[in-house]
Amino acid sequence: MEVFDIFLLEAVLNGLLLGGLLALLALGLNLIFGVIDVVWICYAELMMVGMYGIWWMHVQVGAPLWIAFPAGIALVAVLGAAMHHFVIRPVLSAEPINQLLVTGGVLFFLQAIVTVLFGVEFRNLGVRLPSISVGEMNFSMARLIAFLIAIAAIGGTYLFLSRTYLGTAIRAISQDRTIMPLMGVNPSKIYLMTSAMGGGLAGLAACLLVLQYDLHPAIGLSFGPITFLICVLGGLGNLIGGFVAAFVFAQFISVGGFFFQLEWGYVIAFLFFIVVMFWKPEGLLSKRR
Amino acid sequence: MSEMLQLHDVSAGYGSFQALFGVSLQVNTGEAVAVIGPNGAGKSTLLRVISKLIPITSGSLVMEGRPYNELPAHSVIGLGIAQVPEGRRLFPRLTVEENLRMGAFLPAARENFAERLEFVYALFPKMKQRRLQLAGTMSGGEQQMCAIGRALMSGPKLLLLDEPSAGLAPVVVQSIFELIKTIRAEGYTVLIVEQNIQQVLKVVDRAYLLETGRIRMSGSSAELLDSEEIRRAYLGIA
Repeated sequence: MEVFDIFLLEAVLNGLLLGGLLALLALGLNLIFGVIDVVWICYAELMMVGMYGIWWMHVQVGAPLWIAFPAGIALVAVLGAAMHHFVIRPVLSAEPINQLLVTGGVLFFLQAIVTVLFGVEFRNLGVRLPSISVGEMNFSMARLIAFLIAIAAIGGTYLFLSRTYLGTAIRAISQDRTIMPLMGVNPSKIYLMTSAMGGGLAGLAACLLVLQYDLHPAIGLSFGPITFLICVLGGLGNLIGGFVAAFVFAQFISVGGFFFQLEWGYVIAFLFFIVVMFWKPEGLLSKRR
Repeated sequence: MSEMLQLHDVSAGYGSFQALFGVSLQVNTGEAVAVIGPNGAGKSTLLRVISKLIPITSGSLVMEGRPYNELPAHSVIGLGIAQVPEGRRLFPRLTVEENLRMGAFLPAARENFAERLEFVYALFPKMKQRRLQLAGTMSGGEQQMCAIGRALMSGPKLLLLDEPSAGLAPVVVQSIFELIKTIRAEGYTVLIVEQNIQQVLKVVDRAYLLETGRIRMSGSSAELLDSEEIRRAYLGIA
């Protein structure tokens, strides 16, 4: 029985580590949705491109990781800005379903282009961080680092949004966009900056995930739908809701997987999602930022 | 007295609907001017046009001798024109102080943030008490103070007020008009759009009567108050 409890604790802690990463992804997606009112279905594919960018720089070009990682973040930030400028801006006043479909198109476009460039083989960075043992529990070092960096990035984003003029404007624009010009704020510029920032967060997630997973062109599908569901679960556009929901969801995956099988963790998590949608369709926390 | 804001023969509208037909008006430095008229006359449209939230179809806008027809909306505040929009339009889930910070978004205003904040808090001590409260949770009168404070944060030369008394309790309406007197006394030039004609004419120097998008009449407050037409149509006095 005691061993059982230790492994349960391990599952809970691993869920916590996963939660931090999912919270980072949810933050980026929520930020963009909150400001621009468009869901980037292809958000995890931007991250996937970042992972390939980092892998290409490090493995193919031979750049050290301390260059490849920042370059990966910058790449996805630029990609986020380009996404807004070339894809979202033309459909800003279109029907929401069309906006969604356009970003869905970008999802498959990015998958296809990465397949053309790098093939469908599994790739990895060739960096394996050790695992650490605490008593009888084992934790992956890469996951621990990813968790700490994700939490630090979320904290930094929080400070940015609450303490700076630009951050306040980002929160303000999601509450009343039509009067922003009266404050001297150019909404188009805020949209572009928010998109770049959302991209940058996806780029950071790429750095953290590329240390843990082998990459392939469809890896975005392992994270995109979950990220989207987490945002919906927390109340779409609600940054705090997304943060909480990420940890709740990760616990279902991790602890559910512990009691049954890993795959069952996802089954239970998605079942939980469906039930919440019946019970509280507006999300666990109502729309508030 | 020098001209601050001038509109020459301005027409504007929404899509195919024309709301303003060749409107000309002028606000001189240090003056308080009102635009009065019935609901739907185009008064709010006029202020939106001055702030460039709506493009003009013909005519010209001039601030301190400089035409600004071509300026984007977010640059108008840089000319020294700040607007308190209709319905206050605070950011409901930002605190009072964050709303005020948004009013000082321009780089030039940021430099003087502390000083401006002190000025606004001196003008509205209640806002200082409420500085950490979410703006959406305050009463209508308090929100109006916050909205005016937000516009003053940029250190404007010209303050545009869109129906500041709308939707407020009568006793609060009184205090808002008192406030406008105070703001005038601080040396601000004010252009105010109001339906509460009797009240507004007591606090401004001159006024224009706008009906169905056209200026019908203009003159000093006393002249308008004495005018047969205004008394009959708007004040209900024979």
